Amino acid sequence: MALTFRLPSLGALLRLMLLAFITLAATGAMAAEGTKTAGSRVSAPIVEKAKGGECVADPAFMRRNHGDMLKHQRDDTMRGGIRTGKNSLKACIECHASKTTNSVNASGSNFCQSCHNFTAVKIDCFECHASKPAPTAFHPLVSPHGNSAETAASVKLRQVVVQQQVKP
Amino acid sequence: MNSENSTPENTNSVDTEAKPNASRRGFLGIAATAGIAGALIAPGVRLIEVAQAAPATDGVSKGADSKVRWGMLIDSGKCSSGCTDCVTACNTENGLSGGTLPTDSQWIRKIEIKEVKTGKTQSLPMMCQHCAEPPCVDVCPTGASFKRADGIVLVDKHICIGCRYCVMACPYKARSFVHEPLSNQKPDVPRGMGTVEGCTLCVHKVDKGESPACVSACASAGHEAILFGDLNNPESDIAKKVATLATRQVRENLDLNTGVRYIGI
Repeated sequence: MALTFRLPSLGALLRLMLLAFITLAATGAMAAEGTKTAGSRVSAPIVEKAKGGECVADPAFMRRNHGDMLKHQRDDTMRGGIRTGKNSLKACIECHASKTTNSVNASGSNFCQSCHNFTAVKIDCFECHASKPAPTAFHPLVSPHGNSAETAASVKLRQVVVQQQVKP
Repeated sequence: MNSENSTPENTNSVDTEAKPNASRRGFLGIAATAGIAGALIAPGVRLIEVAQAAPATDGVSKGADSKVRWGMLIDSGKCSSGCTDCVTACNTENGLSGGTLPTDSQWIRKIEIKEVKTGKTQSLPMMCQHCAEPPCVDVCPTGASFKRADGIVLVDKHICIGCRYCVMACPYKARSFVHEPLSNQKPDVPRGMGTVEGCTLCVHKVDKGESPACVSACASAGHEAILFGDLNNPESDIAKKVATLATRQVRENLDLNTGVRYIGI
């Protein structure tokens, strides 16, 4: 009896690859400090608590649509110069930055990164965009949302700091 | 679909399949009505103009205004040779390294020019001239290089493929390419490897009603060589000066109608 090898069809190969990907993603997510939810083989992402207040929409909506919301606002802001929209990436980061790392993607448990690890979707945002909120300068009156709370004293302070940085 | 199978279950499945069609038709109907409503605003008025005419809420930017043309007037007589305060301020504001290697980004630089016959030297800053007819926008294959309604020329780094045609096309050598991965970017100034960048006229500050960093730095150094303002507003300082003094564009033979003009060159 001759042994015959049947080459697997393309469809079967693809299915095999998909299975391998899913397995890899699942083990990757488990390796990250996730906790197993009851009745599931996959670890749930750790979602760190935001700094405060309510989000712009409820979590179920945000989970599904945050990408589109960010993309829409980014075009308004960059091409149209409209910087007052509520769906800005900057505003997301200001609220969702971790209390320990002060970032949304510095560690696997940070807000953006934990979910994106879980779903195995790469985030490109932070290759260009800052993942940390703007430092609130040296004065509590300097607001991260513009110069509304800026006083003459804080402006002077900032100028002095800038001049000191320029000198050497 | 199996036509010979006529069980009641199959009839049901046909019904459920018809539902999305109905909802699609409904959606098309709504879309068509919206289209008619959009067209009925007024003849010759486009939706974008209505959006731009929206009144500004208190203290917040309403977006780039097509009636505005931001520009700069640089007095090379006031610009001091050896002073690089504008360059330093730009680097600090935008998070640039400040390096001067060919691979380092440089959004503004100081240049010295010399009259060959007399030997008279002059100093002036050179950066993106924010042309009304920007060659970088003309050559960009993806539409990443663009001009905002208020005349500020920018790069949309989301769709920039890093081909660097704009770097070649710019007569002012105002564009830089980011060769290395970056970290610790400023929240207001996203920058990343593989994209082209250049002076943004500190667009994040301009949108808040502030002046670009180089302008403020020049003023606090006591030179006040750079004047920033709206070229289209006849009441603005810059428009008055441009209307009365002899100002020049660099490479004016190219007819690019630059937003940055110079006195004394």
